[in-house]
Amino acid sequence: MLWPAFSLTGALLLLTGVAYPALLYAVGRITMPWAAGGSLVRDHSGRVVGSAYIGQAFVSARYFHGRPSAVAYDAAGSGASNLGPTNPALADSIAHAGERFRATNGLASTTWLPSDAVTASASGLDPDISPETAALQIDRVTASRRTTTGAVTALVEAYTRRPVLGVIGEPRINVLRLNLALDSLDPVLPAR
Amino acid sequence: MTERGIAQDILFLLIVTALVRPSGTYLALVFTGGRTWLDPIARPVERALYRLARIDPERQMTWAEYATAFVVFGLAGTLVLYAILRVQAPLATPLTPDLAANTAISFSTTTTWQAYAGETTMRYATQLIGLAGQNFIAGAAGLAVGIAFIRGLAGDGVETIGNFWIDVVRAILWVLLPLSVAGGIALMGLGVPMNFDPFTHVTTLDGAAQTIAQGPVAALEFIKQLGTNGGGFFNANGAHPYENPSAVANLLEMLAIAVLPAALTYTFGRVTGHRRDGWVLYGVMVALFAAGLGAGHWAERHGTMEGKEVRFGIDGSVLTAVTTSNGATGSTNAADDSLTPLGGAVPLVNMLLGEIAFGGLGSGLFGIVIVAMLGLFLTGLMIGRTPQYLGKPLGGLEVRLIVLYTLVMPITVLPLTALALVTRAGLAGLTVNHGPHGLTEIWFAYTSAFANNGQAFSALNANTPFYNITTAVAMMAGRFGLGVIALALAGILARAPKRSAAGAVPTDTALFGVIIIGTALIVGALTYAAPLVLGPIVEHVRATS
Repeated sequence: MLWPAFSLTGALLLLTGVAYPALLYAVGRITMPWAAGGSLVRDHSGRVVGSAYIGQAFVSARYFHGRPSAVAYDAAGSGASNLGPTNPALADSIAHAGERFRATNGLASTTWLPSDAVTASASGLDPDISPETAALQIDRVTASRRTTTGAVTALVEAYTRRPVLGVIGEPRINVLRLNLALDSLDPVLPAR
Repeated sequence: MTERGIAQDILFLLIVTALVRPSGTYLALVFTGGRTWLDPIARPVERALYRLARIDPERQMTWAEYATAFVVFGLAGTLVLYAILRVQAPLATPLTPDLAANTAISFSTTTTWQAYAGETTMRYATQLIGLAGQNFIAGAAGLAVGIAFIRGLAGDGVETIGNFWIDVVRAILWVLLPLSVAGGIALMGLGVPMNFDPFTHVTTLDGAAQTIAQGPVAALEFIKQLGTNGGGFFNANGAHPYENPSAVANLLEMLAIAVLPAALTYTFGRVTGHRRDGWVLYGVMVALFAAGLGAGHWAERHGTMEGKEVRFGIDGSVLTAVTTSNGATGSTNAADDSLTPLGGAVPLVNMLLGEIAFGGLGSGLFGIVIVAMLGLFLTGLMIGRTPQYLGKPLGGLEVRLIVLYTLVMPITVLPLTALALVTRAGLAGLTVNHGPHGLTEIWFAYTSAFANNGQAFSALNANTPFYNITTAVAMMAGRFGLGVIALALAGILARAPKRSAAGAVPTDTALFGVIIIGTALIVGALTYAAPLVLGPIVEHVRATS
């Protein structure tokens, strides 16, 4: 029993833990190097500014902002707040995030806020926001740029991804891609 | 709950259902030595492995030999992985002995409970040779036990139930490896990285510094679902955008969990010659799965996006919670801890019912058959007849094994939970949430460990010697305790000659499906009502009053 158990374990580990990853690596490298390499995206000057799939922190008024993050968008790690539904800390955190979102975007205290705007995601690295969360930021972003509300709204519309086949997933907007598109639309950045 | 969410659920179940017959037929061919199109590639590798391991492919095993090989193989995998985790040094920090032992047992039992964060703890080589490799091996061993169990029910007065080594090798070469090649490539196309680059340092668009962990994720991602393991490359597991980049990727990963366990019902029907019985089992699985979805959507109708990702939404998070908790796979795409009190109870209940809606690879099949047998025993008591399943009488010895199988979970999980609740070391795990939610958090941990699932209410600080040791005990009991009992039952049933079904309770009808569901729910409710009330239900009442 012992020899078959250990020799098979060793041989199968080589097959599945070395040969299999090597095959996938080669296929990825040759046929889809961008995706296999982590889908890194560049700005108009060619500088790598992040990954298409990994959310990042935006604080400037001229950019759309992502969701609150339990790991402050530090992509060397990942995680959720794990606050229980009846934990008072969760209600506090949602209330604070709501105040912050309203203050940042100049919204009345009665404005209804979408859930994703005031809650931390599961990964802490959510790259997306809902179309509703984007819509509430359009006026603030437009005011910080030399462009029109109509142009920004059209861009948000263009970057909204719909559920596949109408049923798989949710409508969403990739914040980094939207902001990169904004920068192309209005390339001369205002002085910081 | 939206119409789109329901439509997504239905689409998922339709795809699973469409794949049951072709996949089940293929599995039957692979494990009965039939011809398949992979033979030209896989046969030479198979022969080489038998030569190396000195395995006689003609030799058949009794249930006791089969069970011994299953346990010894599991321990060999555990020891090898323990060694790998301990000698990560000097290249990376080695894991502490208790964490290394917990992790080694966790992966060799397909639990893949993770008391560590992958991206900050594991080297790429460890993730691949140690963890991804173990996902294949342990997944294959689970499938082998399921296949041997089917042979036991199909056997007609025979002493043997197959050869464990052959079943493991064929499970990898014909099933897990080819599917993982296809699935891994598909996932890369959908955005899952596969590289050996160091973490990428970038300056973000808004001028901040960001370090992006990545690595050979695709090589782990598909097999972790297919082998019903579930341990993530990253701490956030299935919620991490690199592991699960879109709702389409998520659907593919959920199919990888559900299709093979679902297809085993067809394999079961085909190999035993009772196809309608196989479909009854599948029908029960779908009904229980749909009930979980309904409860989850209802409970989360006022849920928030806390601990959820925009691309999946609340509905996609519920679908994944239900699939992973029924499928013995911990790769949730949302934080269980932040679900509503009853929403969080849904995955807990799915695990407590024994993960029989599709279930773990291999274990789901024998799990549901044993519930069916228990149902036959109970109805037999009511009508005063000796229960009989597929022409096999269930006598005193068989029923004792069935009852023992049913009791292993409560007598492991409940005392361990109680122990944690009355000791300082146990309560020290509650650092974020307290009160009834804390009770649920601890109970969920032992349930998940025993069910070889691995998902968690992650606020529990489980990387302590207390939790590393106690959850490891639960994992071993759930894997080897249940596996050995199932094999013993299979061996005893194989020995019995088949009888005519005259006068027996018919088991190929919808009515029998209802009996199976009733048995599962009644036994579950009688066993776990008290902690369910003290944990999730009290929290729900407090939240709504």
